[in-house]
Amino acid sequence: MVLAAIRFVIMSQLSVLLNPITALGRWIIFIVQEMGRIAIFFFKSFYLMFSRPFQIKKILQQIHFIGSKSVFVICLTGAFTGMVLGLQGYHTLVKFGSSGFLGAVVALSLIRELGPVLAAIMVTGRAGSAIAAEVGIMRISEEIDALDTMDINPLRFLVSPKLAAALISMPLLTALFDVVGIIGGYISGSLLLGISGGIYFSRIETSVEMADVTGGFIKSIVFAAVIVTICCFQGYYTHTRREGFGAKGVSLSTTSAVVISCVIILITDYVLTSLLL
Amino acid sequence: MKKQSIETSVGIFFLIGLICVGYLTIKLGKMEFISDNSYVVKAKFKSVSGLKPGSQVEMAGVKIGSIDSVSLDKDDRALVNIKINKGIVLTDDVIASIKTSGLIGDRYISISPGGSEIILKSGDTITETESAIDIEELISKYVFGKV
Repeated sequence: MVLAAIRFVIMSQLSVLLNPITALGRWIIFIVQEMGRIAIFFFKSFYLMFSRPFQIKKILQQIHFIGSKSVFVICLTGAFTGMVLGLQGYHTLVKFGSSGFLGAVVALSLIRELGPVLAAIMVTGRAGSAIAAEVGIMRISEEIDALDTMDINPLRFLVSPKLAAALISMPLLTALFDVVGIIGGYISGSLLLGISGGIYFSRIETSVEMADVTGGFIKSIVFAAVIVTICCFQGYYTHTRREGFGAKGVSLSTTSAVVISCVIILITDYVLTSLLL
Repeated sequence: MKKQSIETSVGIFFLIGLICVGYLTIKLGKMEFISDNSYVVKAKFKSVSGLKPGSQVEMAGVKIGSIDSVSLDKDDRALVNIKINKGIVLTDDVIASIKTSGLIGDRYISISPGGSEIILKSGDTITETESAIDIEELISKYVFGKV
């Protein structure tokens, strides 16, 4: 009896070596199941966002946490991104004698691409990791089970306010990143390298179109949904992880929440860009 | 006290964010809210290669409007809708020509003033036009000596 159990464990461990195709199939089925679970998790929390009574106070607290507290780090990264774009762009464009185009280079790359993506990655690092850890600890200390027992929907109570707050804050943070980045480009291109400020800003105004701005905002809204869904999902299902329980499970959930969010942000960015262009 | 400080910081965050959104959409994206301050005239060109909606329209080097749309006409000519700022008066014998700023710069439309007494209204057509200069064609003419 015991022998049979030991034999079963060894055989299942060996199956990766003995039958790689089955192992691959098992892995793919796991990935597809996980994607489906994340999608259901997102749609449920999105639907519960509109259930009455609205949780204005909780949403406000989350906007404070996700939005207001990220302003400083967004300004800092935005300014230096814009400054380095100004520096790099100037030294490339001056070879073609068209350094007047610096404004267009900085503004378009910020508004279309770098603003949404970098703001999303900074928010993942600052707020996403905290969300995953918070929800994870609530799970392992059985607070989520307690909510269930009291007939409070944990998705509505925990995830929906965060989702609403992120959907509101991310476009604002992205706009802040864009504007601070454009000013950063002005600092390095115009004040340090000597392009006329009037040419810099008038070139920005002629080259940026409404489609660029709306494209950036669509991206930032999608990224907000991705960040909150994945970080909450990782925390929410901490207890189902096979690699570790308790505190170790929370640490693993937080790590994978940040890594998976960043990867998915970059992948959806490519997909969205190819759809929007 | 605590709650109020949260509300204040959220309010400040919203204000800063909305100012940035406003700058991006209204100033850079040229979003027009109320009835805009311009009227539209049409012009037909043989070629408008490089001209895009949003390109500038100048008279004597001063910006007086922008390109609204570029489309193809029934008789295979390019039909350009030009938005001219209200207050700028164009007569029916003005000449619209497509110019380039710099060697590889943006295309824009330059309007030379006319001397007629008939004033263009919204929807009228500029009859005198000059198409874009094809630099490659000019160079090849010069090189192969057809000038």
